[in-house]
Amino acid sequence: MNRTALIATAAQVVVVVVGAPLLVGLMRQVRARLEGRAGSGIGQPWRDLRKLLRRAPATPTGTGWAFRLAPPLLLGTSLVLAAAVPLLTTASPLDHAADLFAVVGLLALGTVTLALAALDTGTAFGGMGASREMTILALVEPTILVAVFALSARVGSTNLAEIVATTLHDPLRVASPASLLAAAALVIVVIAETGRLPVDNPATHLELTMIHEAMVLEYAGTDLALIEWASSMRLTILLGLLTSLFLPWGIADASLAALPLALAALVAKAAVLGIGLATVEVFIAKLRLFRVPELLAGSFVLAVLAVASSFFLA
Amino acid sequence: MNVIASALAAGCVLAAVGVVAAICAPARARAGLVGTATAGIGVAGLVTGVAALSGQVWQARLPGLLPLAGVQIALDPLGGWFVAVTGGVLAAAALYGIGYAGGGHGPSGRGVQAALPVFAVALLLVPAAASASTLLVLWELMALTSLLLVLAEHRARPAVAEAGWWYGALTHVGFVAILLGLVLYAAHAGGDSFAELRAADLSPALQGVVFVLVLGGFGSKAGLVPLHVWLPRAHAEAPSPVSAMLSAAMVNLGVYGVIRVGFDLLGGGARWWWMLVLALGAVSALYGILQAAVAADLKRLLAYSTVENMGLVFLGLGAAGIFQTSGAPTLAALALAAALLHVINHAGFKALLFTAAGSVLRATGTRDLDALGGLRSRMPATTVLFAAGALGAAALPLGNGFVSEWLLLQSLVHAVPAGGVVTAVAMPLAVAVVALTAGLAVATFVKALGVGFFARPRSDPAQTATESPLVMLAAMGLLAAGCIGLALAPAALGPALSRAAATATRAPVDVVGGGVSLRLAGIASTLSPLLITVAVVVAAAGTAALVQLATRRVTRRRAVALWDCGAGPPTARMQYTATSFAEPLQRVFDDVLAPETDVDVTPHAESAYLVARVAYQTRVPDRVEHALYAPVIAAARRLGRLGPVVANGSVHRYLAYGFFGVTGLLLVLAVTR
Repeated sequence: MNRTALIATAAQVVVVVVGAPLLVGLMRQVRARLEGRAGSGIGQPWRDLRKLLRRAPATPTGTGWAFRLAPPLLLGTSLVLAAAVPLLTTASPLDHAADLFAVVGLLALGTVTLALAALDTGTAFGGMGASREMTILALVEPTILVAVFALSARVGSTNLAEIVATTLHDPLRVASPASLLAAAALVIVVIAETGRLPVDNPATHLELTMIHEAMVLEYAGTDLALIEWASSMRLTILLGLLTSLFLPWGIADASLAALPLALAALVAKAAVLGIGLATVEVFIAKLRLFRVPELLAGSFVLAVLAVASSFFLA
Repeated sequence: MNVIASALAAGCVLAAVGVVAAICAPARARAGLVGTATAGIGVAGLVTGVAALSGQVWQARLPGLLPLAGVQIALDPLGGWFVAVTGGVLAAAALYGIGYAGGGHGPSGRGVQAALPVFAVALLLVPAAASASTLLVLWELMALTSLLLVLAEHRARPAVAEAGWWYGALTHVGFVAILLGLVLYAAHAGGDSFAELRAADLSPALQGVVFVLVLGGFGSKAGLVPLHVWLPRAHAEAPSPVSAMLSAAMVNLGVYGVIRVGFDLLGGGARWWWMLVLALGAVSALYGILQAAVAADLKRLLAYSTVENMGLVFLGLGAAGIFQTSGAPTLAALALAAALLHVINHAGFKALLFTAAGSVLRATGTRDLDALGGLRSRMPATTVLFAAGALGAAALPLGNGFVSEWLLLQSLVHAVPAGGVVTAVAMPLAVAVVALTAGLAVATFVKALGVGFFARPRSDPAQTATESPLVMLAAMGLLAAGCIGLALAPAALGPALSRAAATATRAPVDVVGGGVSLRLAGIASTLSPLLITVAVVVAAAGTAALVQLATRRVTRRRAVALWDCGAGPPTARMQYTATSFAEPLQRVFDDVLAPETDVDVTPHAESAYLVARVAYQTRVPDRVEHALYAPVIAAARRLGRLGPVVANGSVHRYLAYGFFGVTGLLLVLAVTR
């Protein structure tokens, strides 16, 4: 664990922390323009955060430590993920501590803290959001792990740096059927995990269709700021993870000289993915909650096909 | 004198002391004395197991103790692993039982209290048996004493007696299967000691028959679907300390039996055995967690979660067997180590969860999650302890269940080169099963913790609950400390794990190693639970401190009424319950669970169109029980009804039976000779 690796990892965390609200702003702006609205600019999420950080948090009657602890824990897991996933550098000191399974587990842990907080409020909406979120989480899990299987079986390791290094070494692997199928499966998973259309609508204010928003209804002030921030970081990390797994070019190793290039590559890749996602969202509607399992089953089939092709076409 | 010998002897002496105390001591001191003796037996077991795992061996023959065969006892690292797990669970659960028995709860009668130390010592000795007859005697002793313990509260609830019937019937069906298998084996081996059985040369077909019989017997004890039906009843209806012993210690012995006979004695056998084990494990894991996800009874939920976790362990065993038979001993040792590690992790968190559920039951008198809630402020320590157990059971990072599931997934993911097409098809599906199980376990334990302990009380008993006595909290604290230790430093168990796995696979490999990071034999993946935990805690605390510092002037937490989208403040009855929480999952898995709903509309007397009352009822019955056991029970009943018809007391009829019997026999003899 040397100093350059630490600096590179710190840079990566800072980029995610600063850039995540901007990515959300960009996606909203793209969506607004495509829908014929002026939009509020890319910086609006940052202005919202600044506003919220000046307001007092609220403790609704009857809530306890689960409600109080959830925002910092959610942000804490997101920060650890930002340090562990290779976005700018593959030399993170956390890479040996947290492999792809641990990354998936930490994402789930963040979701669970929020679901418990929602149940802790004892409101109908809180329970509803928690129940739906847990259902989707449970159904997403097989797809993720089978896709991980497809990606890591030939590498011989589930550590992310190892997978990225192998892909960089052998670029044609990305175009293999196994890799493409796994990518398709993981895109659906990322959409479900981050609560985007068609699984959940991040812009909705119609209570009965909410999932993520229903869980955070009772939060205010700094608490809400932490949650919004963490949500945008999770979106950024997941999109970044997709690019690291399937388009890893530009990622630096332990050298500082390669960092600016890696930063430019990351920004470009995340922006392209974000704009693509926002564009697609304009044209589709939210699925009924009980149609979501069909979508996830589809992604599971893709993941199984990825594993099968990685074995039979190898 | 050898440590193992003296510790086991101390355990037996303590059991005798416990039985005498149970019979002679006055009612007030009884639970304390017997609990202390049982806890002592547990500590003795822990010492024995640790000694055996550190490489000590010990064996003894006591020819006079049992007629014909004699008793043979020996302990190797594999047995030591199970003795140590059992000892730890027994010690904590018995300590908990001392506090639990006060106030009219739990087993307090003479007979039940006398059964407890005997059960404890039988549990400890089963993995130390070194001959088929010793194993069978101890197994039956364990089954009978546990049946007595399950029945402890039969006067309080009729459901206890029903659970006892199911348990008694299935445990004896299992016993008969093991008996048949081992007797067949011993008859062909020419002796019943494990050494003779190991050296025996059986035909593959006979080996297969022995293995399937033994798998059925041990599988019924471990609660494998479809032999699991007794488990959710018995574990839910037993007094809570006993539930912890059954669910965290006794079920493990089913695993032990399969490892001992399948790997050690029969030496691995054929691949189809292990495909069968893998399939049974996968089905049990999925079915168990699905039932747990929709259960509203806290102890029933935990019992179904035991079915799930035993399923995962058997899935690991199956994978280990497949690797062993396809010539990949390192992977086999890894999968077996994952299964063994999951046994101890499951024992830790399940004992903790059952004892915490017992505290809730003791404080509120109900196990119904739909009636609980708000215990966070009334039973703060119990809530934190339950949360620690739930984190392990949900297999999330920071919990102990995550480490063993990670190990299991690693062995499955890196299996593809090992065994050709069979593993290429089976392993991805196994990974998917483990993943879906893990996801559903998260939902299940979020429900158990969030609905049962958080929010506001949904009934009066939950409203007036009070914290448990100190001795119960101390016992739960010990279990929680064990869980945390397992979660943070699993690498410390590496040498013991390798030794235990090597006993079974007969290939000494250092499977799991490393210090802060967990390193595996033959796979490049690493994991450091300690670093992850430190990182998450530091990041979360740092965030909280930063926010506090940066905004100190402007923000002070203010208490407000619940907003609830402007509709609030809602009443306690408007909260989500366990049933409503699980409704989406129930709907998604409709075809598997087949829930039953019953809508009963009562119209007014004056008009059929005016509705006076609507009663709505929904429940999720155990489908396997309906489909598989109901016909068997009905057939047995019909057969029973034949009895009075066939034997109606008429002497003429009996003479006719004798006459036709003898004539028939003579005819058969005349034709065949």
